Amino acid sequence: MTGIKPVTDKPKIPAIELKNVLFFYQTAAWQLSLPELTLQQGQHLFIKGASGSGKTTLLNLLAGIITPKQGEIKLGGEVFSSLSPAKRDTVRARNIGVVFQQLNLISYLSVLDNVLLSSHFAGHDKKASEQRARELLDSLGLAGELIEQQAAALSVGQQQRVAIARALLTRPALLIADEPTSALDADNRDSFMQVLLEQANACQTTVIFVSHDAGLRRYFSLQLDMQNLAQGVQPCC
Amino acid sequence: MLLKLARQSLWNRRGTALMTLLSLTISLVLLFGIDHLRKEARQSFTSTIAGTDLIVGARSGQLNLLLYSVFRIGNATANVSWATYQRISKHPQISWTIPMSLGDSHRGYRVLGTNSDYFSHYRYANQQALQFSEGQPFNEVYDTVLGAEVATKLGYKLGDQITLAHGVGAVSFSEHKDKPFTVTGILAPTGTPLDQTVHVSLEGIEAIHLDWQQGAPMPGRKISAEQALQQDLTPKAITAFMVGLDSRMATFVVQRQINEFKGEALSAILPGVALAELWQMLSMVENLLLLITLLVLVAGLVGMMTTLLASMKERQREMAILRAVGAHPWYLFVLIQLEVLLLTVMALLAAAVTLVVTLWALQEMLASSYGLFININPFSLQSLYWAGAVLLISALLACIPAFTAYRRALSDGLAIRL
Repeated sequence: MTGIKPVTDKPKIPAIELKNVLFFYQTAAWQLSLPELTLQQGQHLFIKGASGSGKTTLLNLLAGIITPKQGEIKLGGEVFSSLSPAKRDTVRARNIGVVFQQLNLISYLSVLDNVLLSSHFAGHDKKASEQRARELLDSLGLAGELIEQQAAALSVGQQQRVAIARALLTRPALLIADEPTSALDADNRDSFMQVLLEQANACQTTVIFVSHDAGLRRYFSLQLDMQNLAQGVQPCC
Repeated sequence: MLLKLARQSLWNRRGTALMTLLSLTISLVLLFGIDHLRKEARQSFTSTIAGTDLIVGARSGQLNLLLYSVFRIGNATANVSWATYQRISKHPQISWTIPMSLGDSHRGYRVLGTNSDYFSHYRYANQQALQFSEGQPFNEVYDTVLGAEVATKLGYKLGDQITLAHGVGAVSFSEHKDKPFTVTGILAPTGTPLDQTVHVSLEGIEAIHLDWQQGAPMPGRKISAEQALQQDLTPKAITAFMVGLDSRMATFVVQRQINEFKGEALSAILPGVALAELWQMLSMVENLLLLITLLVLVAGLVGMMTTLLASMKERQREMAILRAVGAHPWYLFVLIQLEVLLLTVMALLAAAVTLVVTLWALQEMLASSYGLFININPFSLQSLYWAGAVLLISALLACIPAFTAYRRALSDGLAIRL
């Protein structure tokens, strides 16, 4: 752990905590084993891994879509991995934001409705959420008529920024990003990284960012190598 | 939000959704249309004759008697003598009778010999009396009153002269050319076989047959129309007669008395009972038609499921996104169900509108050229049951794609297969 100072005076509760997590598929010899992973509120972690290294499985575990065969995952100090599927879905809606590689948006909904999806499932107040969604989109450089348009009409770069807005709308404890920049060109990629981390900091959200692109490591203070999970989280050089 | 998702998702796939809607609408129009026509047909069938308590003819089966006396189908096997008719009509409990003499035709339309009681006592549908669209009942021996269809199809108007033909074929070799009849009245459409009937007086029938014997003109004996009028035109026999009683309670008593009439072998039938028996024979066809319609509907619904199932693949991304933002797999299940529900409800509404508009547009034509009176409103309480059943079946069938969505949501997780 690097010396990131706690944001509150209360005793530190890790934003996310994995202990002795083991996962395997019945049909495959491969297994995922993660002895320890602890992140404090507001910390950003870079996970480096090529495709096929099990990062999708790790993300599914973190998002509560699947549960570990052994070990436990805590979110904000609460054990998350042993909840019922329905409860995990609710926890995900309220506390976890997800940004995919691409095609994050439901093409036939308007930009605003796409963003509001997360507050809908989190059960947040509609009016307040819409207000916040507009502000978020504005600060992400998406404003005006654009937000009433169908999502499919936007460029890839714009779509990814809308995805950030949706992931952060509910001020989640954790944001999971799965190669969100792989479809972007270099310029777009840098500006994307900037706004992502900027907005995440504004919400005090912990970020777990997965990519095979080692060049993005410079935005992060912590890293984890999928090839060598046993090593655990390492500070970035 | 759920409804918005379902609506916009459908709108997004509006091409295929529209096609699905179309096929579903067509099958629903068929279902409701045929169900309606079926009821209307039964209605119009059973309303062919009303207010008549008994039909009396020479002894025969009740269907035969009903068919030739009411539907003008087939022929009588024997006649009823005039004397017998006179005797029975004086029965104390009989209020009125309508004599019927059949056997001639005019260009394929049957000729009915009767008297003025016919116009005052005959009832159809809901006790409706006969109405004249033009003219009046016959007064003279050589007067005729045409059914609505006869007049429109053959283009007759008041004052036209027509000749009757012997026998009931469309083409006859022996016509009563020497004694033409003058059209004095045209009846309003009734939607019953009456529209296809040429009515003349019993005396007229008698007059044209004076110089005939055994169904053929007597050689060497010619009686002109004027000469015939001088003779006694009281008929010797009639084919059948309808009976109205003072009290319905007496129906069975009078029926038995007629059936046991000593002088002549007669049959008295209750038209309602005979109609019901006849309809029962026809109802198999009716049920078969309904079955076919139901199958068409099932085909339409299965088609809808096929399109939905096919679309599930391209919608994986949509499902994964919804999962990522916190949708429970059941939410996806309900979403698909809701889409099916929306489609089905829209199809039901579209079918209702199409049907009413079609009936409204066709009503005039059906009434004027086929004598079919069809109610514009095809809906009854039973239609609601139908609609409910359709919704239920589609919801059941929708479980297939909906469950696919549910299962995929569990197995695929956040992975988006591109």
